[in-house]
Parts: sequence; C-alpha cells; structure tokens
Amino acid sequence: MTGVRPLHLAAELAPAPPDGGSRTVAGTVALARLAEDAGLDFLTHDDSFARPGLDALAVLARIAPETRSVGLVPTVTTTHTEPFHVQAAVATLDWVSRGRAGWRIAVSPGAAEARLFGRRPAPPTAALWQEAGETAEVSRRLWDSWEDDAEIRDVATGRFVDRRKLHHVDFEGAAFSVKGPSIVPRPPQGNPVVVVDATRPAARETAARHADVALIRASSPEEAAGLRAELHRAARAHGRDPGLLRVLLTLSADLDAHPGGPAALAGLAADWHGGGAVDGLHFVPAVPGRDLPRFAAEVAGALRARGLFRTAYEGTTLRDRLGLPRPASQYAPKGADA
Amino acid sequence: MTESRPARKQIHLAAHFPGVNSTTVWSDPRSGSQIDFSSFEHLARTAERGLFDFFFLAEGLRLREYGGRIHDLDVVGRPESITVLNALAAVTDRLGLAATVSATFNEPYELARRLASLDHLSGGRAAWNVVTSSDAFTGANFRRGGFLDRADRYTRAAEAVATARELWDSWPAGGERRRFAHAGPHFRIEGEVTVERPPQGHPVVIQAGDSDEGREFAASAADVVFSRHSTPEAGRAFHADVKRRLARYGRRPEDLKIMPGVTYVLGDTEAEARERAALISRQQISPQNALLAAEQVWGRDLSGYDPDGPLPDVDPDPESTLVQGRVRIADPFAVAARWRALSEAKGLSIRETVIEATARHSFVGTPESVAAALEEHVATDAADGFILIPHLTPGGLDDFVDRVVPLLQERGVFRTEYAGTTLRSHLGLPAPVWKGGTP
Repeated sequence: MTGVRPLHLAAELAPAPPDGGSRTVAGTVALARLAEDAGLDFLTHDDSFARPGLDALAVLARIAPETRSVGLVPTVTTTHTEPFHVQAAVATLDWVSRGRAGWRIAVSPGAAEARLFGRRPAPPTAALWQEAGETAEVSRRLWDSWEDDAEIRDVATGRFVDRRKLHHVDFEGAAFSVKGPSIVPRPPQGNPVVVVDATRPAARETAARHADVALIRASSPEEAAGLRAELHRAARAHGRDPGLLRVLLTLSADLDAHPGGPAALAGLAADWHGGGAVDGLHFVPAVPGRDLPRFAAEVAGALRARGLFRTAYEGTTLRDRLGLPRPASQYAPKGADA
Repeated sequence: MTESRPARKQIHLAAHFPGVNSTTVWSDPRSGSQIDFSSFEHLARTAERGLFDFFFLAEGLRLREYGGRIHDLDVVGRPESITVLNALAAVTDRLGLAATVSATFNEPYELARRLASLDHLSGGRAAWNVVTSSDAFTGANFRRGGFLDRADRYTRAAEAVATARELWDSWPAGGERRRFAHAGPHFRIEGEVTVERPPQGHPVVIQAGDSDEGREFAASAADVVFSRHSTPEAGRAFHADVKRRLARYGRRPEDLKIMPGVTYVLGDTEAEARERAALISRQQISPQNALLAAEQVWGRDLSGYDPDGPLPDVDPDPESTLVQGRVRIADPFAVAARWRALSEAKGLSIRETVIEATARHSFVGTPESVAAALEEHVATDAADGFILIPHLTPGGLDDFVDRVVPLLQERGVFRTEYAGTTLRSHLGLPAPVWKGGTP
C-alpha cells in the first residue's frame, strides 16, 4: 500500500432510541445537518425488528432532501426481508439522496424476531451471514440489471428502453431465488455503498467479499491493523482489490466521560490512521444529542486543524467521499464503447 | 344572516404520478425524468399547492414481458414507493402520501412498521393502497414465489390489513402495551411492536380492485376506493353497489370515499380541448403501441403488419402466452369482432382503430366545463372525488391546479385551505376505533 489515505469520519445517528415515536424527527434532521457541516463522510442509523424506533431506511429517506452532502447508511436486515424489496428500497434511497446511499447489512438471529414473521425459525448464525452474502450478491446484480444507458426514449422506434440493456439476474441461492431485472433503474452511484460490521467473526467473510466499508472494533492499533490485514487478505482471495475496502474503527464513547475527551479521541484517530491501522473512525455517541455535536465540532475540528481531515466536500456522492470508484454494470459490454 | 343554501358536497382530489401507464406520454418534449427525485418533488408540490388530499404512487414488482422478452415500448422503471414518500414528507407539509404495496409479497409485521414509520415521519399523512399480485410471473422475484388463488389473495390481503391494524393498536401513543399475538389462516405471529401507534391511529387504507371480492374487501376494510369507473352511469352504479355493502360491516356511506382514476385535457375552447385530446391520443398510441395493443387482443406476433394498414384477417389465438405481467383479455374474440366492426364502419387503420377503441380522456373541455363536470359527477354520486392521472411527468398537473382548482373553489365544492394536518382529516374520515384494549 502506498502512502496514507485520507481519513474518514462517520457517526451513528441513533444508537439507543428512547422510544418508538416520531418526536425526534426535527432533532434528527438537526443532528444530520450538524454532521454534514462538520464534513463527516456518512451517518449510520441502526435498526432491527426488535429494536424500538422507526424504520432506519425511512428515517434517512426523510432526512435526504434536508441534507446535501453527507452519506446516509441505514441498517437493513436480510433475514426476514425480501431481497428484491430491500435492494429496491436502497436503490431508491440512492435516487432520493442523489447518490449518497449506503446500506449496513445485518442479520436477525433471535427467535423473537422470527416469531414476528412466523415464516420460519431463525437459522443458525453462520447460515444467516451466508444468506446475507447472497442478498448482497443479488442486490448488486439487480442494481446492475439496468445498464446506465438503458433508457433511450427513441421516438422513431417507439422504444422507451433498450431491452438489450435490461437483464434477468437469474439468481439461485440456498434460501431464495430472484428472476429480475429490478424495477428501479440503476441508482446514481451504480451500486450504493455496502457496509458490514465485521466485529463478529461470523460476519467477516461476508464483509471481505461484499463490503465497501467494514466496521471493526479493537482495543489497540495492533489489533485493528491485524483485523484490517485479515479483511484485505480475504478480499484478495475473492478476487477483489483490497485497496477498495475501507476499514473503519467503531468506537462507542461518552465524550464527557472519555479520558481526555474530544482531544484524546482526535489524537487516537490521528495515530491509528497515521499508523495504517484503520482508514478512519465510526463514532457511536452514548447520547447523540449531546455527544454528536461535540464529535462534529471538536473531534472533526481538531483533525481538520491538523490537516488530517477534509475542509470541504469533494464530489457529490458517498463513493466520492470514500474515494471509491463508481462501478460499471457487471452486465455492460466490457471494454466496448458501443 | 346570510342566505342559507344546502351545503354542496365537497370534492376530494388526489394526484397519481404518471408512470407505468399506457396514458403516460414520454415522447413529448416537455416530458422529464420518471425517476429523478425532482420529478416526484415537482408533482407533489403542485398537488399540495392545489390543496389535494393525497399523492399516489403505483407499484409493479416485475417488468412486463411480451413474447418472452422485456417490453420496451412503455415507460418503465420506478422507485420503491414508501422510500420516495418518506423523502417527499420532507418537502411537503400537508399532502397525504399514498404507497401501493402488495399484500401478497409482504409480511404484515414489516409492512405495519414501515407504514407506521411513514405516518410518524410525515406527521399523519400515510396511506396504504392494498393490492394483490396475481401470478407466478411476479412471484419469481420473491422468496415465497409461486402465487395464490384469486380467493386466497383477498383473504390474505384482508388478514394482512386486519393484522396491521392490530399491530398499530398494540403500542398506544404514550402507553405501555407493546405485546401482540395474531393467529389466522395466513399469519401466525407474535411479539412486541416497536413503533408507537401512528399519528392517524391507522394509516389510511386504499383498495383498488374491481372484482366482487375486491368490492367486498373495500366495503369491509378500506377508507378509499381507487376505482376505474369514470363515466357517470358506471360511476353511479359502482358507487351505489359499494356503499350498499358498507352497512353489513356497521359502516356509514361517508366512511368510504370512492375516487375513480381519471384523465383530463384542457383548452381555451371546447374545440381546442378536443384537438389537444386527439393529439395526446396519438402520442399515447404510437404506431408500435397500436400493434402491441392488437397483439394483446390477438395473442399473436403482428410485427409483420402495417399499423397504418387494415386489422389482421386471422382469428385471435385463445391459448396465447404472448403477454405476461398484464391481465389477459377475457374474451379476445369479442374484442376482435368489435374492433373489426369499428374498422369496417369507419374505414380505420389498426392504429386508428386502437385509438378509437381504447383512447379515453375522462374530462375534455375548458376549465369551466371540466370544473362543472367534476362537480356534477360528485353531486350525483358518481364519485366522491378523483385521482387525477396526468399524462406528462412532472408538469402534467400544473394547468389543472392553476386553472380548474380556483373554479372549483369559486363553486364552493373544494377547500380553500387545509382544515387539518392529517390525511384522515382531509378525507373527513373518522378516527379508527381503538381495538387494542385499554391503553
């Protein structure tokens, strides 16, 4: 690897919702704008079917028109959902945010969540992540199932689309099959950014294979560097360029109680990033309304002051933020300008 | 004291986003993107400027195919409805937001949670247009796959709606109760609801099927019917039939609003409006679309025929599998015979016959005559309101809002401001009865 990559900062918007209602919509919008003003790469919003609070993808879609630059990464689980619906919703988030959507893939391991659906008992964790990987795979195929220039509006022939540029995906997995193509045209980023929390070993294979951003937890830079190297090795084994996998350290903190406070956190981010242990920090505030403003103002501010963090957004999409190229459709003719 | 006169029945108006319909014209130079958020924002803001009750998004879960190939003549490609509506909640304040979501390929817990979230994030403006999916063709995109018999589709839809309502009632606003248990033929689920009761109690439920099962389902469970009967006679018959069914379920006629999907064409004179309507029909039915319409009736590949020439001289193929993803024509022989008679009587080509037989604009005229016709429909119980289907994206509603809405307001049959903040309040619907026990 050559040189030190740009430092990335992300934050969790709703780690511990106090209730399942809407009284925080205005507050959530205000926090998102604050994170955007501070130049953060993206905001995550956690979710599960057992977790009190609103649907995460819904919340971030609601925020999309009220922000312009920050990436929006909802958690969407793959265990009891329909892959076809999930990919369409994530693609739509990319459309309504004009290229700022990500998707943190999660699974639903509990029996309690399975009973909310009544369709099947939750499979063992390894099978859940296998299925999550299949969902990531079929989602990419469906996002690619419309080539970028499929819509032609050719008045002479009466054709709105060129059907040669629309593709059945014909996916056959262990748990489901999908015919395709998607109902949603290829989203602005081509493929929205896939994020996987790779803290648990069961998730690591899926992260190495499918994630654009892997989140890890570690108590030392050595441990983080080891995990990052492991993810890079596994990605390469899957034929991926490890240089296109960002690894961020997820760090939960109460900034009032954190030893040294924001200054120490900025120092940690600078050291770990500078030493090549991680590509950046994913901050999980203990209390978003209190800690997120301090993270944005003091931690991001200190890193900016040291010349380590962006002073302005470049480009418009979340991929631009992360330095990840916009992928070509896997169905597009290779190397042809056609 | 002012002179007292009988209150005029108020008209309800909604806006349908022009998408995958045969009415949508994409070839017009004024036609914009079907997918960019700015298109949805423009139409929704226009509808809200016109004080409409709600904005409506349709759904299709598989791209249509003809002859085993993806159909390429119609507008195709659309976003996932609930996600777009959540974004539109940020750029509108009062407009209702109606999502079409299949009860066949969704599970009640997830659906109830997503609709409750939309209701919370929009401050009480969510609606669910309940549709069922008909075939294994669409099922090929889903885990459950396959398909349900017609009767099962409606029992599943009815149980899905009933279950969603149980879930919405399980966590009262400010209350404690969260647990639920539901056991029925289609769903056996239990657990803890994680979203507080929606601001409307229950999001508004819309129903859009016209079969006997669909009408019964509407009478038992819907707040709005999206009907297809836009002529006065058919509208009155449908209105009378569905409203009569309500009593069986202890509901009053005003508890269910019947809103046909309608199109309109305006002109400065009646003649100009008619000319415009003819032009729009020709845009809607291109030579290629005319052949396609004939192929759907005949069930045969007619690509060798000239759309400006005579109708095919062969009989329809009743066993055809040419068309998938669209409802089959029930009696293709009768339709073909009708078209042939029309063609022979007037000397019409394939394209002219298709235009004559299928192109319908519900309301054509000056803003004054269209406003009068809309009022007449509602005053005579042919409808309670209308879901307008513009033919252009995204500006197709502009002239209606600018020119017809003020005339409806002058006539005293349409609101001059929103009275409430929720979709239920716009529609004059009662608050749903609490069925979750003591909060």
